[in-house]
Formats: sequence, structure tokens, C-alpha cells
Amino acid sequence: MMEKRNYTVSVYTENNLGLLSRIAAIFLKRHINIESITASQSEVNEVMRFIIIVEVTEEQVKKIVGQIEKQIEVIKAFYHKDDELIYQETALYKVRSSDFVQDFDIQSFIKKTNARIVTVSPQFFVIEKTGERHETESLYEKLKPYGLMQFVRSGTIAVSKNEMPISEILEKFNTSNTIE
Amino acid sequence: MEVKTAGFKKVSSKETVKVSGAEAVIKCLIAEGVETMYGYPGGAIMPVYDEIYKYQDRIQHVLTRHEQGAAHAAQGYARVTGKVGVAIATSGPGATNLITGIADAHIDSTPMVCITGQVGSHLLGSDAFQEIDIVGLSTPITKWNYQITKASEIPEVFARAFFIARSGRPGPVLIDITKDAQFDSLEFSYKECTAIRSYNPVPEVNLLQVERAAEAINNAKKPLIVFGQGVILGGAEKLLKEVIEKAGIPAAWTILGLSALETDHPLNVGMVGMHGNYAPNFFTNECDVLVAIGMRFDDRVTGNLQTYAKQAKIIHFEIDPAEVNKNVHADIPVLGDVKETLKLLLEFIQPNQHENWHNKFQELYAIEYEKIIKNDLTAKSGEVKMAEVLDEINTFSHGDAIIVSDVGQHQMVSCRYAKFNSTRSNVTSGGLGTMGFALPAAIGAKMGSPNREVVAVIGDGGFQMTLQELGTIFQMKIPVKIVVLNNSFLGMVRQWQQMFFERRYASTEMVNPDFITIANGYHIQTKKVKERSQLKEAVKEMMESKDAYFLEVVVEQEECVFPMIPTGASVSDIRLE
Ligand SMILES: Cc1ncc(C[n+]2csc(CCOP(=O)(O)OP(=O)(O)O)c2C)c(N)n1
Repeated sequence: MMEKRNYTVSVYTENNLGLLSRIAAIFLKRHINIESITASQSEVNEVMRFIIIVEVTEEQVKKIVGQIEKQIEVIKAFYHKDDELIYQETALYKVRSSDFVQDFDIQSFIKKTNARIVTVSPQFFVIEKTGERHETESLYEKLKPYGLMQFVRSGTIAVSKNEMPISEILEKFNTSNTIE
Repeated sequence: MEVKTAGFKKVSSKETVKVSGAEAVIKCLIAEGVETMYGYPGGAIMPVYDEIYKYQDRIQHVLTRHEQGAAHAAQGYARVTGKVGVAIATSGPGATNLITGIADAHIDSTPMVCITGQVGSHLLGSDAFQEIDIVGLSTPITKWNYQITKASEIPEVFARAFFIARSGRPGPVLIDITKDAQFDSLEFSYKECTAIRSYNPVPEVNLLQVERAAEAINNAKKPLIVFGQGVILGGAEKLLKEVIEKAGIPAAWTILGLSALETDHPLNVGMVGMHGNYAPNFFTNECDVLVAIGMRFDDRVTGNLQTYAKQAKIIHFEIDPAEVNKNVHADIPVLGDVKETLKLLLEFIQPNQHENWHNKFQELYAIEYEKIIKNDLTAKSGEVKMAEVLDEINTFSHGDAIIVSDVGQHQMVSCRYAKFNSTRSNVTSGGLGTMGFALPAAIGAKMGSPNREVVAVIGDGGFQMTLQELGTIFQMKIPVKIVVLNNSFLGMVRQWQQMFFERRYASTEMVNPDFITIANGYHIQTKKVKERSQLKEAVKEMMESKDAYFLEVVVEQEECVFPMIPTGASVSDIRLE
């Protein structure tokens, strides 16, 4: 049995309404939980990029990528292990101003954690931290005892160390097809 | 600048005509060469039906008795012609009734375009009358689907839909059209779609892989070919035969590959899988090279994967990259259209005979004949066996008929015993195993192949799932031959209960109506056979009839289909009793 680990699946697609559910259905059908998913514009004009994190075996991720690529509007899908990527998450922490001011020397806190204060009001502070999962998690642990009013973490976004040649694929299509 | 994501054929004139969305739908179908569609009207699709009425001299619409029947009929049509089948239905229940047929077409790679009406776009998401998210519902079972909300989208979406349905590994596509898009007008011109930039229907052939495959085949002492429907979908039947004959390789088929190679071919060694033949199943675990061509290693074919062909080098000819290494690891995957790859292979393989190896298949066939086939075909007393009926059909069809089978014991018996001389002649629901498939599929098969005899072989259970399609047969005067093999049981399930649940026949016994009265109610010629002595004459009469014919044969109630690979067992542990 192959070992499960985190894989990042990057999917370049046409901008299509139904694709999210089409892609999600591929995981659902195989009873695989999506750890995180983001969708955004990619480096190519009018091409979307999904970034999906799953914890599976390499054999599973290969099959999933095969099924995803099979979808008509998917241009190309890739999968990467953590060490092949540069990835970041952003977390927002809303804390009560009174607690926060009492217990922290704000200046040194910001310095130590490399976090950023986004909003300050008499009632609450909103702190933002961008980094790898363990960094946003450690700040979470630090702030939790002081009554976190709200916490949210974004999906992972990542860029690969190696090339993902989407533009070439699209270029090839443009040159080999008569498009009016 | 607008990004172009698809390529279209150039048209000579740039002229357009102003038409309604509904009329545009029909014009698209005509432009794609559609002659027949199967469907059922209702509120949300009425504008299109109004155009069907106006265009009735140019395109035929067949009113089935249930939308499931429309989908299966479109499938039957597609399976025998290779063209895209078209089914059409209204929103809500009309659309959901198509689902079983769409799922069936998806798993069996059948090219189909389904059109559904939808509530007006201003009502979307309001739980309007007969509003159903059919795009959401059909997503996992379509190759592609799309909701049209603007009339102007119609030509391009239809062009894409037909291109997607028939190219590469074929499959079903669903187009949902809101009612306002049917009413609104557009400037219509049609350009056939030739490419979509995010879609690569046929992977490029890697010559090196073909050479590696040929080398393995040339060095093999005990090669075995297992072919599937890919050979038929790729139109590579002749090439397959040339490969087999040149290299002298025994060839076995999956139920969807059946009829790609004629039954009587000396190198045709029969069916693989759960109820397949003894020799090809057994020798799957003895061959040194297994050449899989256009098949996908379904679990009903492989039995226990842990013990499947472990000794063999596996070569997999496949058009769909996602099928390679999905269930069985391929030592030599050969991606591409089999029509290209087999042609190349043919050049690289050396002539061979493998006579001793082939003789071993005949030895096992002799055992299967003694233990099973002989009893199936030549019983002198007792109730009629299913195989005898197929044998009589062969007698009068000479192997030239299209056999459409439903799902259950009779299906396995049909596939094991029906004789075929030509391709695209076996129509059955393989991957989904959809009871109720055969009767409507036979309608489509007959309309797609009007010059050929079409015989539907159906169990008493499955017949009752879609028997209302007798109404379509009656109204449209479709001369299909219907054979119901009546064992008064859901036979296949009963067999499992007998073998694995100590004969606890939970809800498998059927108290049946008088099928003859029902068929007569539709004014279809009928005969009921209870005795072996009446069988030949009845089949002869049926096969000679110019019109539709309904033949009920009362068969042995507790017959079991053998050989059998019990679920989870190895192919070589196939049971003969
Ligand atoms: C729609 C559907 N429901 C249930 C099944 C499960 N099933 C498989 S074979 C079978 C029995 C079929 O009985 P019948 O049509 O009488 O054919 P027989 O096996 O007796 O030849 C059943 C219930 C199925 N395949 N399809």
C-alpha cells in the first residue's frame, strides 16, 4: 500500500460555469475529501486555475488527474508534492481589543510573528498572517487563549518550481486550427 | 480581443437567416445530418416541438412512451449506425427520466446528444414548475453538458455538442435550453466544430510504443488478445482481424466487443468475464502476453485484480489515457486511435501460428462443451433452455441479425450463443446493466438498420420495465422481433440467491401477467411456446414475419448460467457447475 501524503493538483481550465461541480464530482465519486480548493484567474488571459489540495496516495492522485484532464474544458492538470511548490495560505484573526492590548506588547508581537494588523477599532483588531500552514497554525494557538472572535484561513495557493507550459499548449492549438 | 477556444469549419457564404431559437435547434440537427430523434414533449420544450411539426418532412421525431425509452432508442440507433443518437425531453420529470439512458450511454461510450427544455431564464433558481437542475444532475454522467440561456448561443453550442459526442472516446452530451432562448430570435448560420482547444480527443501515437508492443508480441509464446468495444468505435474490425490472422493470436472479447470479429472465425475463442467462456478466462492467467485492445478491464471481466494475469506482460491499446493503469497496470500502453495503432502494429508483427497454444483453447472448449454447452443446447426432455432459443434464432438468422439483449441470465446466454457475421450487431447494456434497455434500444437499432433483422431478447423482468414501448412499435410500425424468455423469476438475482444465499428467494419470484394479451393489445402478432417441440416452428414464423412479432418462450425456471466466476474469485477459478 502506497503512503498517503499531501498533493497539490493544479487545473488550468476554460472559464466555465459548470466546471467546479464537474471537478468536485470526480473527488466525490471516489470518496476523497478535498482539504482545500481555490479558483482564480491564471497567468494566461481568460484561463482559470484551480488549486486543490488532497491527501491521497500517488496512485490515487495520478488517476484523479487523469479523470480531471478528461473533462472537455480542462486544458491541463498537474499534481505536485509539497517540496515541488512554493505555497502560501492567508489567515485572518479577529481578536477583542481589550484582551489583546492587555496581554501583548503589540509592536514586538507584530515583529515576532511577522503578522500584520489590518484593522484596529475600539472593539476588535483584525490580524493577518500569510505563510505556510504551520505558521498560521502557530499564531492561531497563540491567540486562542485570548478569545478569538473569528478565525478564517484561505485555501492554499501555490506556484510550482517547474514549468507548467500552458501557453505552449494553447499556442499549439492556435497554430494548428483554422480559427476565424 | 475575444479569446477563441474552439475551431469551426469555414462556411462559403457568410449569410445568416433570422430564426427563433427553437427553429435554430432543428436547423442545427439537420445540419449535423440527424434524420431521426426520439423524444417526448412537454411545456418547457414546446417551442422546439412546434418546429419539429413544421420540419416533419425533413427530420423524423419518434414519440416513445417514456423518456427512458427515448434515451435507449437513441442509444440503440447510435450503437448500430455509429452516428450520434438524439433524444429530446421536457424539463423536470422529462429530463430526470432521461437520466438512466444517459448514464448507460456514458459508461458504454455511446455518442448521444440529449436536449432538454428548461424553465425561462428569469425563473431559474426559483423552484418554478418543473424546474430541475438537470445540468447539475447529469454532470457526472455526461461527457459534456451546457445550459443555453440565450438564443444566440444555440449554433455554436450544438456544433460543440455533436463534435464532443462523436469524437475520441464517444459519450453522451446534454444541452438544456431555457424556454425564452427557444422563443427569442437569432441570426443563424451553422459552422461544424472541428476542434476545441482544451480537448484532445485522440492522443498522438508514439511509434516507439507500437514497436515495443510488436516486439513483445513477436517474442510471445502464448499470446492472448482481449478486445472490447474500442475496436468497433474505432472502426478497426478489419485491422483487428488482420493482426489476429498474421500473428496467429487467439482472440477473446468482452460483451461490448462482441460481433467485431465473426463468431465462426477460427481464432475467435469466445467471451471473457464472469459468464464468459472457460478457455479465454482460464488462459488469461496462463498467457505470457495479454494484448488488450479497446477495453477497460471492468471488474466483471477481470474478477479478482490481485490474481489477474499477473504472469503476463500486458499491452494496452487505448484511446482514453485515463483508462491506462486504472485497473490493471499496463507494461506497454499504446495510446491512440486503434485504427492508427493497429495499422502500424500490423506492419511490425511477424507471421506466426501458435498452433499448440491454440489447441489448448480447443481442449478447454471441449470440456466446456461436455459440461455445459451440450446440456444447454441438446436437452431432449424437461423445460426449454434459454440457449435453445438462441440456437433457433441462429438457425434462421444465419448470424445476420442484430441481437439486442436486456440484462440478466438471458443476456449472458444471448452473448454466449448468438452468432454474428458482422460488426455492430450486438446491442446490450454492458457497463450499467440496465434492465429495460432492450425493447427501446431495439426500436432505435431497427430504425438505424432498417434492412437488417433486429431481434430483442428480453427477460420477463426487464420486459416489464419498459414494455410500454410496444406502443411506439405499434404506432410507428417498427418490425422488430421481440423474444421474452419467461422463467417467472428475476433469474440472475435468483441464481445468486441459489448459489450464495442458500436459496432464499427474496423478492425474485414474479407473478406475471399474460404477456400475449398485452402484446395483442398493441396489435402485435404473437405466439407463446411452452414445449420444445413448438420452438423451431415458432422462431421460423417470427423470423419470416414482415411485421413486428412477439414471441414468449416459457423456459426452465431455475436454470443457472455457467461458467461463472463468482465475485472476488480469480478468472482461472471459473466454475463450470
Ligand atoms: C434497472 C435494474 N434494476 C435491477 C437490476 C438488478 N438485476 C440484474 S439482473 C436482474 C434479473 C433480471 O430478470 P429478468 O429480466 O427476468 O431476466 P433473467 O435473468 O431471468 O433472464 C436484476 C433484478 C438491474 N440490472 N437493473
